[in-house]
Amino acid sequence: MTATTEINKIISKENLVYGKTSVLLDNEMHYCPGCTHGVIHKVIAEVIDEMGIQDKTIGVSPVGCSVLAYNYIDIDWQQAAHGRAPALATATSRLMPGKYVFTYQGDGDLASIGCAEIIHACNRGENIVVFFVNNAIYGMTGGQMAPTTLEGQVTATTPYGRDCKVTGFPMKITEMIAMLPGTRFVTRQSAETPGAVRKLKKAAQKAFENTRENKGLSFIEIVGTCSSGWKLSPVKSNEWMKENMFAYYPLGTLKDE
Amino acid sequence: MGDVRLMKGNEVIAEAAIRCGCDGYFGYPITPQSEIMETLMIRRPQEETGMVVLQAESEVAAINMVYGGASCGKKVMTSSSSPGISLKAEGITYLAGAELPALIVNIVRGGPGLGTIQPAQSDYFQAVKGGGHGDYKLIVLAPASVQEMNDFVDLSFKLAFKYLNPAMILSDGVIGQMMEKVELSDFKPRWTAEEIKKISGSWATIGKTADRERNISTSLDLDSAKQEIFNHKLQAKYRAMEENEVRFEKIACDDAEYLFVAYGSSARICQKAVEQAREKGIKVGLLRPITLFPYPTKAIQEMLKDVKGILSVEMSAGQMVEDVRLAVNGKVPVEHFGRYGGIIPTPEEVVEALEQKILGK
Repeated sequence: MTATTEINKIISKENLVYGKTSVLLDNEMHYCPGCTHGVIHKVIAEVIDEMGIQDKTIGVSPVGCSVLAYNYIDIDWQQAAHGRAPALATATSRLMPGKYVFTYQGDGDLASIGCAEIIHACNRGENIVVFFVNNAIYGMTGGQMAPTTLEGQVTATTPYGRDCKVTGFPMKITEMIAMLPGTRFVTRQSAETPGAVRKLKKAAQKAFENTRENKGLSFIEIVGTCSSGWKLSPVKSNEWMKENMFAYYPLGTLKDE
Repeated sequence: MGDVRLMKGNEVIAEAAIRCGCDGYFGYPITPQSEIMETLMIRRPQEETGMVVLQAESEVAAINMVYGGASCGKKVMTSSSSPGISLKAEGITYLAGAELPALIVNIVRGGPGLGTIQPAQSDYFQAVKGGGHGDYKLIVLAPASVQEMNDFVDLSFKLAFKYLNPAMILSDGVIGQMMEKVELSDFKPRWTAEEIKKISGSWATIGKTADRERNISTSLDLDSAKQEIFNHKLQAKYRAMEENEVRFEKIACDDAEYLFVAYGSSARICQKAVEQAREKGIKVGLLRPITLFPYPTKAIQEMLKDVKGILSVEMSAGQMVEDVRLAVNGKVPVEHFGRYGGIIPTPEEVVEALEQKILGK
């Protein structure tokens, strides 16, 4: 038996236990090796597929690395100005009841320039889902400080490490949002191990189910890595994230009503 | 005769929106236009037509709500006054870049900065020449009466959907605040989901079905070659508007030796100035641009065989006068007369300016 026929046998249909969802497109991803966005995209695509809501889901992509999320998930998309995704989602959800509307935003987009839009969308309890990817840095523009950058963390605009006396403190916006009565489900997840990915997927399912039941706003922070911005290998990035990010941004559900 | 009422310009914008089947209004309070949202809140169109009315947390959020709603193929609008429009400039250029239909109403007040809450026409450049970044144009309609505040709401949506481009009603505190007789439009139902699918299904984000590719509402293309081609497409659209959508009104122009060019409130004042000047034996007419983009350039040029001088009258330090001069191209003298900072000129002042600046008295 040649190696090829051996492989073909292994991957034959009856042996498959897992397949790529067709909601995730085959377009080549622009994300760097080790980036968390690809895994999160896959999780969202799988949940949309499994819930059978592809024709009812509208995504709103941000400005930042995931601006091109619309190239990867096979649904209708709106691409927002920097930080404004929750405003787009507000109108979309109110004007099209019965649709599943989500925003996908990074830390610069959501916690800095879009701070007002996210706080007020949460406070109004819009019937939407928010995926907030926190890797403590601006990726696309070349690794500058974000509101969530940790104390002492070296970035392109904090070359000697973030000095909180000068820049203020790493912002726990998810904790702030959990305080708002408009939010129903607020959780902080990660995606660095198969177990973490499974938990993230469960959270995403719950969030979209909340939309289905008109429960209001579900907010999922995903603590992720930015190997390019952090100047670490993907493996080292995960280690750094677990040691430093998880310590300041503890995983778990803050609110589930 | 239809439904005739005595109403404020701002109230009429709200009523006209409900009656033309508008799906959503998103706004933020600012003087002198707050009656638009207040009227909508009193009218509760959600219960009557299903129209969504939402007070946003900022002008920025409001225009981005418009972007979201417009992306869904809905008839959506916002309104504001000058400082608020500056905040909306970001969203407006994104709407133009994503080729989304929407209505923005600007009840102009004096500036710059916080300026004054009194009427002005000093946002002409912002409305007509850009305001936001990039090579884009808005369809700009300038009502000169409360009746036109009613009529231009539906017209703006028609043009916005025809060209897939945001439209602006550029009014001012005079027209917004004054009461006049108005014949309101008849009620038109909002578009159903099926109608939206038929009208805008090729681009609107209404849920991807198996029979089509996904629709993406975006102004981004990182490939410069494609971005240039897209810009050519936009420019071709603007040329088509110039070809097909120019609107203007001529008053007392048949025998005119001199000409006022004025829009909105200034045109109303100039109408009286025409009467007063003619009593003095000065044969002056008025050309009132109704669309500020596309501009009635040809209409002005066609007047040049008869007129010896033109006075552009605006409640600004001289903005539209540049477009008049471009049209005239040095063939006859063109001067500007304006009061600004919230001061409204009198017809007497306008006649005096005509005599001094154009007749050389």
